[in-house]
Amino acid sequence: MTNNKVKIKTEKLDVFYGQKQALKNVNLEIFNREVTALIGPSGCGKSTYIRCINRMNDVIETCKISGSIKIDGQEINNKQIDVVRLRERIGMVFQKPNPFPKSIYDNVAYGPQIHGLADHKDKLDQIVQTSLKKSALWEEVKDRLDEPGTSLSGGQQQRLCIARAISVNPEVILMDEPCSALDPIATAKIEELMEELKKTFTIVIVTHSMAQAVRVSQRTGFFHLGNLIEVDTTDKMFKNPNNKMTQDYITGRFG
Amino acid sequence: MSKEELLKKRYRAEKRFKFYGLTSVILAILFVLFLVNVIFSKGKGAFSRTTISVEVDFNTEKLELKNNPTNEEIQDTDFYDLSIESLLNVYKTKGLKEEKDLIRIFSPDYEIEIKNFIIENKGFLNKTAIIELTASDDIDQLNKGNYPRHLPEERRRISDFQLLIYDKLVEDNKIQKTFNTFLFTNGDSRDPELAGVGGSLLGSFFTIIVTLLLSFPVAILASIYLEEFAPKNRITDFIEININNLAAVPSIVFGLLGLGILLGTFDFPRSTPLVAGITLALMTLPRIIIPCRASLKAVPPSIREGALAVGASKVQSVTHHVVPLAIPGTLSGTIIGLAQALGETAPLILIGMVAFVVDLPSSPVDPSASLPVQVYLWSEQAERGFVEKTSATIMILLTFLITMNAFAVYLRQKFERRWS
Repeated sequence: MTNNKVKIKTEKLDVFYGQKQALKNVNLEIFNREVTALIGPSGCGKSTYIRCINRMNDVIETCKISGSIKIDGQEINNKQIDVVRLRERIGMVFQKPNPFPKSIYDNVAYGPQIHGLADHKDKLDQIVQTSLKKSALWEEVKDRLDEPGTSLSGGQQQRLCIARAISVNPEVILMDEPCSALDPIATAKIEELMEELKKTFTIVIVTHSMAQAVRVSQRTGFFHLGNLIEVDTTDKMFKNPNNKMTQDYITGRFG
Repeated sequence: MSKEELLKKRYRAEKRFKFYGLTSVILAILFVLFLVNVIFSKGKGAFSRTTISVEVDFNTEKLELKNNPTNEEIQDTDFYDLSIESLLNVYKTKGLKEEKDLIRIFSPDYEIEIKNFIIENKGFLNKTAIIELTASDDIDQLNKGNYPRHLPEERRRISDFQLLIYDKLVEDNKIQKTFNTFLFTNGDSRDPELAGVGGSLLGSFFTIIVTLLLSFPVAILASIYLEEFAPKNRITDFIEININNLAAVPSIVFGLLGLGILLGTFDFPRSTPLVAGITLALMTLPRIIIPCRASLKAVPPSIREGALAVGASKVQSVTHHVVPLAIPGTLSGTIIGLAQALGETAPLILIGMVAFVVDLPSSPVDPSASLPVQVYLWSEQAERGFVEKTSATIMILLTFLITMNAFAVYLRQKFERRWS
């Protein structure tokens, strides 16, 4: 461990979609400037978990969240917290690349614009350039920033979405299976990128690929049927897990 | 049945299905062609007008006009005697009956036409001019070949003497056919040769503007609110069901509403585009809201999530991302809704737009007709001139509707092509 500061801490987190309980009493700590991987079979609640952190579940009307979610010690699971401000601090990358149907430039510039991060054009250009550089897309798109973001390939689109997420300089980036719609080469690029990004950001990634969890993360949490079964360093989880279920899952015996 | 036979049977079924489909498409096209053909062949005559050349001597002394008179002075002068004298010079007549017959081959507005001519061409004062005067409806129809001249005299409105004059005039090349500008510039008239759709065109135009101004903003805001912001509960479900029901309510019911509320309770001016516009806006609202909501719903949720995830507020995600993507569907839905409203007749009849209005409306609060009601009014007239005018009005109305629908298609393609 390079750093032991806890960035996100959830305690007794319960999430209901209507009658169905999606998360049961989840207590999890996510450490600063690390990649934390969340693994588990489909429907186990890992996506639900990360969507609690930036309150994206607010969009779903039937969703009820109880328990405590603290970021840097500050409780965010209450009505007083401003979700717009929260989502500026906690970026998100989705499973399917979802660039806005606007130009590449506008895709990245949108966040800084609405948050007033750039007071003039040069500053905005600067932010767009650094964000695209950080997401390793700059070299590929620098000559065609006016083209629609949707004209890029799948992997490029996903890196564009990462650039969009980091353009507002968040503290945490949540990634919900960011590579599941990508080919292996594009996946490798994104994984390389995460290696770089974790120096500045705290990353939480949901993944179905054990191999990916091993490659990119320092810490891994295993979810099953809404329960957090086990969480530990990735090394320990994949070599010598405490729980039998974890052992079975990572060796491919179920899930 | 063997596998081979089964396969053949399946292919046969496919062929049969294709054949049925193609037949219905062809049948539909044939119906449309038939309809267009009927309307066009009946209505094309209305676009031309028959005129008769008449020599008029603008003698200022006879007219009791000063030299270099102003327009007002000409306007105030009596041209009746001059007109009658000029008309009677066209053919040699004996007795009052023949004189009357001769004068009746002209449209009753001859005096005004002569006056207007000299106002526009003052150079002909104290000179003789040859003026093209509008022929009466019967001569017009005769000239277009629609008049049954072989009937015995007592069964025609044109007398034998008039036929004699007509044939002589044709021989002398004094009968002309010109493009009928009256059709577009004149209001309604009891004389078919003078009647035009100018008034109803303007009336329809004002009506559609009022409808657009009222229904578009309300429908857009309502659909955005219902689709993006409203909680999903019993009240919004109830509203949704009622919007769908309202879209299916017969238009005449909205006419009753306009009659009862707008004219009855609020005492709005009767027969005006304002009232028609409000009534049609009420009718059009649900018909716009439904396609608007559909196009909002069609915007992928990932776009909303993407916007929210970078910290856009709900309103920003809607106005910056969802609405721009929904614009093509929204606009075409609106235009098609308005096109429907433009062709609506029943509610307008109830709010008094069937009135016979000669003057062109200059604002939405002036009484006026509208295109579909004009069709209805003229279709009830017995004169042959009105028969072709009815079809011509339908052609004008259809041109309007097709233009609007084409514009809707154009907008949809223009905005959709941009990002895909």
